[in-house]
Amino acid sequence: MRLLDIISLLLGVLLAPLLPGIINRTKAFFGGRKGQPVLQLYYDLYKLLGKGAVYSHTTSWVFRAGPVVGLAAMLTALALVPCGGQGSFLKFQGDLLLFAYLLGLLRFFTVIAALDTGSAFEGMGASREVQIAALAEPAFLLGLSVVALETGSLSLTGIFERLSFETWASAAPALLLVAAAWLVVFLAENARIPVDDPNTHLELTMIHEVMVLDHGGPDFAFVLYTSALKLWVLGALLAALALPARTGHPAGDVAVFLCGQFALAVVVGAIESTMARLRLVRVPQLLVAAGVLSALALFLGLVR
Amino acid sequence: MMDVLLVLLALTNLALLGSSRLGACINTVALQGVLLALLSLFAPTGECSLRLVVLSIGMLVLKAFVCPWLLRRALRGARVSREIEPFIGYTASLMIGLLALGLSFWLSERFPRLRPDLSPLVLPVALATVFSGLFLIVSRRKALTQALGYLVMENGIFAIGVALSQELSFLVELGVLLDVFFAVFVMGITLFHIQREFDHIDADRLSSLKDWSGRFPKMAFDSETKILREGHE
Amino acid sequence: MIWTLVLVPGIAGFLAFLLRSDRPRRILLLAAALAHAVLTAVVCLEGPQGLPGDWLRLDELGVLFLPLTSALFLAAAWYGVDYLAHEVHGPQRDPEEGALFSNEPEAIFIGCLLFFLTTMTLVILSQHFGLLWVSVEATTLVSAPLIYFHRHHRSLEATWKYLLVCSVGIALALLGTFLLALAASRPGCEHVPLLVQRLMDDAGGLRAEWLKVAFVFFLIGYGTKMGLAPLHTWLPDAHSEAPSVVSALLSGALLNCAFLGILRVQQVCVAAGEGAFGRDLLVLFGLLSMGLAAVFILRQPDFKRLLAYSSVEHMGIMALGVGLGGVSAFGAFLHALNHSLTKGMLFLIAGNILVLYRTKAVADVRGVWRVLPVSGALWMLGFLALTGSPPFGPFLSEFTILKGALEQGRGAVAVAYLFFLALAFVGMASAILPMAQGAPREFSEKPSGERLGSIVPPALLGAFVLMLGVYVPEQLQTAIQTAARAVGGP
Repeated sequence: MRLLDIISLLLGVLLAPLLPGIINRTKAFFGGRKGQPVLQLYYDLYKLLGKGAVYSHTTSWVFRAGPVVGLAAMLTALALVPCGGQGSFLKFQGDLLLFAYLLGLLRFFTVIAALDTGSAFEGMGASREVQIAALAEPAFLLGLSVVALETGSLSLTGIFERLSFETWASAAPALLLVAAAWLVVFLAENARIPVDDPNTHLELTMIHEVMVLDHGGPDFAFVLYTSALKLWVLGALLAALALPARTGHPAGDVAVFLCGQFALAVVVGAIESTMARLRLVRVPQLLVAAGVLSALALFLGLVR
Repeated sequence: MMDVLLVLLALTNLALLGSSRLGACINTVALQGVLLALLSLFAPTGECSLRLVVLSIGMLVLKAFVCPWLLRRALRGARVSREIEPFIGYTASLMIGLLALGLSFWLSERFPRLRPDLSPLVLPVALATVFSGLFLIVSRRKALTQALGYLVMENGIFAIGVALSQELSFLVELGVLLDVFFAVFVMGITLFHIQREFDHIDADRLSSLKDWSGRFPKMAFDSETKILREGHE
Repeated sequence: MIWTLVLVPGIAGFLAFLLRSDRPRRILLLAAALAHAVLTAVVCLEGPQGLPGDWLRLDELGVLFLPLTSALFLAAAWYGVDYLAHEVHGPQRDPEEGALFSNEPEAIFIGCLLFFLTTMTLVILSQHFGLLWVSVEATTLVSAPLIYFHRHHRSLEATWKYLLVCSVGIALALLGTFLLALAASRPGCEHVPLLVQRLMDDAGGLRAEWLKVAFVFFLIGYGTKMGLAPLHTWLPDAHSEAPSVVSALLSGALLNCAFLGILRVQQVCVAAGEGAFGRDLLVLFGLLSMGLAAVFILRQPDFKRLLAYSSVEHMGIMALGVGLGGVSAFGAFLHALNHSLTKGMLFLIAGNILVLYRTKAVADVRGVWRVLPVSGALWMLGFLALTGSPPFGPFLSEFTILKGALEQGRGAVAVAYLFFLALAFVGMASAILPMAQGAPREFSEKPSGERLGSIVPPALLGAFVLMLGVYVPEQLQTAIQTAARAVGGP
């Protein structure tokens, strides 16, 4: 276990809450406001962990388990993701499937915790979430298979260790399509505009927000932290794909990776500020389009 | 470079299959014309002859500018801007387009490789373009989309010609280009007339010519007004 | 010399658009048709000619189809000039629906007619498959405005279907042309031009599988234009909504030109030893066309549509004849001549009936014989000719095809053939005979006598058909035999 692997895990644990802060700050910038402090999520987590929680009589252990299992799943997924080109905490052949399934586990528990409340709002959000995720999965997995094909490895660490600008030079169209598809998946999975608005609290328009409406106190802290981790984890894949820099020195690579993550957060903030949320009937079309891009990239990769 | 062109071409096909706005479809077909002109310029090796340049410029002007302009003009005064509820929905169309792409990759393995230096993507993308064009004609309601499908089909067949490196003589290629242009021209005029006459451009509602015996009402000659009108007997 | 055949009607077409008034334009149409006929006679009397490397050449098939097209166009031009002179100018009332409509400008009509002749001549003369494709597509484009002469919504619908279905079919034929070029290419060898004669000379080196695939695409592509079922869906609409002059030309001349496209690639296939493959497909499509057409001929309420479906049936007969090969191929080419002349005559007579009765419904037309004696007589005689009664020409050609089928021992084909012919006979008889007989109804104005220009052209065409039934000139026989041999005859 190299020191670098532990450091990459710690970086994720510590720096993940910065990403929502950067996104909000960018949105404030676009809106001409000063906006929340970048460290706002840390303050919120601290505040929430100190609070008590109230549980309804209609809920069961599933409701309490939801946020905890989700956090555990995300931390494990974090352990799988490399920091740029450097190693991850856990690595083995085929760990990219475990990664996808961990995301699925998080989604599953969020959904059943939402259904467990017995409320109509949460149920509606749960059904929408599952529909969107079902359409985003193929785009994500096909993209993963393309990069696995191009780099010849089935481990996330292996893939991103071997990804470099030469890979881009030889397979630019395919990788560009995968990057575009993954951006759409990133926006969909993290409930960002144009798929879902994280700021809205109108019942007809919420998807992710509505599922976690009934959690409070430490549970809600877990939920917020988990979504920050999800931003980090999916962003890590996208940033490492887009900026496969090899400076030769591990610290340099990590620095480039962090720059990529933060740049991605800024880009997401910009997208959120300039685009409107899509009508709900258009979201499946967007995701199918992303899936089609990934499939096209796979065809290109197979032809070679 | 060639690969980027071909991937963009494949993306335009998919965009056409998934798009409902007629104006966007026309622009996408114009983009296809540009890509095809670039393809015809870069694909054949060796001499960059005058004939090649003339054909590419002709293709660019006719397919990327004039034909879309004709079709847009045909819609002037039309109150339609979207294709609503085609026979096969947009998501299903995208899936079918993807399937067609996969099928084209499989089919192009069966063709002899006459030009090993040409990118292996040319023939599959060309075949997929032909499929997309045919699919557009069959599955859409609006007559304009059918005309666009015909144009896309011709684009695909031309690309197949490039892929198989079959150069028909210069005069013939020019003739083919002009024929396609005139076809779009005549179709544009007919579309304009359809829009004026029917007040819609739904091709599936053009169905009054049929083989059923109830078509002609029983006519009787009205001796007062001296007109043949529907009789009551 | 050959290029004048294309140039004369082409230039006349341009002039037609430039002329301002109607009378000179109509005279131009007649003059161009006459000039084309004279030039055709001169060229054809010299027999097949031209160098093998030429793009435009009058070969064995052309020597049959060109005079046929020219004669039919001359008759149609004569009839058409008379028709236009008596057509109502300005808005008229549509008899079927009572809405107002107008006709398209005569300049467009006459100009497109002349361009139609130009492009058809080009199809017949061209020896290069690329040029053939360009010409066939050009015929589609210049004939579309001709169908839309009466500007109402039914003809517009027919025009759109015609344009789209034929263009898509012909685009598939372009794909077939590319595949034919693929079949002709060999690694390291020089480029073989797509000339019929050169391909036939080089036939041993053609790739067989790609030749067969190319043939299939040609059959589907040009078969759409020819009206073979199940690709015939545009035909009834287009041929029934167009004015009768145009219908006569479409049925009588254009379908033959499309057939020529298929015949040319069949020539190459035969030379390469793959003739049997093409023949089986032709027999299949031929029988399918005959069957489908026969079904729609029975109880058809519209008499122009009836004639259109009959065209589908006869195209099926021709395809069947070529597909059977041997003496049936001879019958098929003779049938091409007979059918074109008969169908031309019938459509022109139908035009006379339509002008007077102002309805296309079979049920509403009665007593044509009494009101228009010559037209009525020609209508009945035309029916007899078309359904294959002696002493008319089609009897001879259909009998020859049957003979060929029986000689080859293909009993099932012969039985199906006779059955469909019988169905068509019954269908047409039940429609046409009542139309000619019976008591006519009253008319808004007393019908004037038949004008010369409306009865002489159809009568002349009918006379030819009668003559071909009784006596086929020696020269014509040899010409047909050479043509039949070219596509794999005896």
